Amino acid sequence: MGLGFSFLIACALILGVLLGVEVLGLNYLFAVIIPYLAFGVFFFGFIAKILKWARSPVPFRIPTTCGQQKSLPWIKQNKIDNPSSKAGVVARMALEVLLFRSLFKNTKADLHEGGKLTYQWEKWLWLFGLIFHWSFFLVIVRHLRFFLDPVPGFIRILENVDGFFHVDLQALYLTGFGLLLAVTFLFLRRVVIPQVRYVSLAADYFPLFVLFTIAATGILMRYFSRVDVVAIKELAMGLVTFSPTVPEGISVLFYIHIFMVSTLLAYFPFSKLMHMGGIFMSPTRNMANNNRAERHINPWNPVVEVHTYEAYEDEFREKMAAVGLPLEKELSKDEAAATKA
Amino acid sequence: MKNRNVIIGLAIFVVLITIPFWYGAGKESKAPELSLDTPAIQALDEKKCIEDTEFMRSNHMELLNDWKVQVVREGNRIYVAEDGKEYLMSLQNTCLECHSNKEEFCDACHDYSGVEPNCWTCHVEPEEVK
Ligand code: HEC
Ligand code: HEC
Ligand code: HEC
Ligand code: HEM
Repeated sequence: MGLGFSFLIACALILGVLLGVEVLGLNYLFAVIIPYLAFGVFFFGFIAKILKWARSPVPFRIPTTCGQQKSLPWIKQNKIDNPSSKAGVVARMALEVLLFRSLFKNTKADLHEGGKLTYQWEKWLWLFGLIFHWSFFLVIVRHLRFFLDPVPGFIRILENVDGFFHVDLQALYLTGFGLLLAVTFLFLRRVVIPQVRYVSLAADYFPLFVLFTIAATGILMRYFSRVDVVAIKELAMGLVTFSPTVPEGISVLFYIHIFMVSTLLAYFPFSKLMHMGGIFMSPTRNMANNNRAERHINPWNPVVEVHTYEAYEDEFREKMAAVGLPLEKELSKDEAAATKA
Repeated sequence: MKNRNVIIGLAIFVVLITIPFWYGAGKESKAPELSLDTPAIQALDEKKCIEDTEFMRSNHMELLNDWKVQVVREGNRIYVAEDGKEYLMSLQNTCLECHSNKEEFCDACHDYSGVEPNCWTCHVEPEEVK
């Protein structure tokens, strides 16, 4: 259900561009207006979402950890899995964000004959997840060459490294193909594994279709059906300097590419893709486990009236003394005299 | 404490995501004017590239690729263009014969679009020929 639905939406979007650009000639709409709107939605939507999340209260430290916490000096602490200091939290977060450390612990459960349950390491999701995200990131960094003039040196260096392999004369960007490959894997995983398919919704397939289309049109443009890159850079520079122009002769493939990017941007703040910002706000990842070392007071605890033992004894000291109950603070001499009298 | 971290995080996000908008702020960016002012092109009756300009702009790397394959693998050195004209398939002796102002032509365009063909580590640039 979700699969078919997302597929139809993705096809409708592509057809919409073909129709809009090829038949109706709405080039300005697709090359300027929609990208601006999409960027605006992404930019403000992202910030709004983060601020909303930041306002939700996190009263206590939530240590879901898988290592020994800081304890007596002779018990070895797992400083990264169960950090007690800020540095440990930063290290744990960095490893999570850059290497997907918790996904590395992914296991696959199998039921065997006789009701035996086994767990085994399952590294493919981690591997392709990592390839996907890193490729995506590096492709975007490389794309800055369309948006920056002059092109800064580090992008050149990245291009040379990423394009180390050449096919005939042309640099073949590994990350471009890595992206396409990984998206395909992540999609097949959802379709082929029955349990994963069961929990997959339209919102899981849709971003994959969009990303697939972006990567596929990008690769088509670079290696198969050439586009006028200089004209596209003029367009991109026009957008970022707020003096947009739409040069002639840009292939419709590019319009599909940029429209799908716009779709992705506009969809981003309202979807699971917000995990990009959300990861940093995960209470189980971003807090040191120092519950036993420091007192954390729930900020919205109501003020409770308490009657401490001290106050209680002050109130009833004389009566207590009279019946011979033990006191923490003895009666003063005058009081004692008064009681006896 | 928590709020401070959120603000810092968002500030980093905003700065990074808007790089293209502030990187060249105030500067005007223009596609390079390509100079066709070379003796070989001046001498042409009709100022036309091997194939039509549109095609050359987007597909010259494919063309060069075909040339290289033809020459190196098939041993065929003559290219017949769409309009029937014949050219020797050579990077140095054909393309750069006409476009001998490599810096104002090939390089200007490649710098603008951020590509760096590595051809010149083996092939000879026009200046070096002189
Ligand atoms: C006979 C001379 C001649 C040869 C040989 C030649 N060119 Fe050209 N080229 C021209 C002329 C003249 C133009 C300008 C055409 C115009 O402005 O319409 C041009 C235009 C171009 C353009 C488009 C520039 C623009 O204005 O966008 C490219 C790219 C190009 N040439 C690359 C090449 C490459 C690569 C080769 C070798 C495969 C080559 N040329 C061989 C004469 C030549
Ligand atoms: C109109 C601008 C323009 C001109 C003029 C031009 N090029 Fe290019 N060239 C490009 C662009 C843009 C690319 C990269 C396309 C891409 O990124 O897919 C490119 C790519 C190439 C490539 C492939 C490199 C790679 O790794 O992708 C070669 C080879 C090349 N050009 C040779 C030449 C030569 C030789 C000349 C001069 C005779 C020349 N070009 C003139 C715009 C131009
Ligand atoms: C590793 C060295 C090397 C590099 C780098 C290289 N070539 Fe070549 N190329 C050769 C050799 C060797 C030949 C064969 C020359 C011959 O047989 O005339 C050749 C032949 C060619 C030919 C056909 C014959 C001629 O004289 O031009 C073309 C076209 C060509 N290369 C284009 C390119 C382009 C475009 C690039 C850059 C993207 C490039 N080459 C990079 C070594 C290289
Ligand atoms: C989500 C963001 C984007 C992704 C994931 C993406 C992905 C890709 C990929 C994988 C390629 C193949 C070549 C390569 O590996 O570099 C490509 C090419 C291309 N992309 Fe994008 N793209 C994105 C955004 C954009 C934007 C905003 C533009 C507008 C300027 C753009 C313009 C192009 C062009 C012109 C090419 C062809 C490059 C060439 O021929 O060398 N892309 N894209």
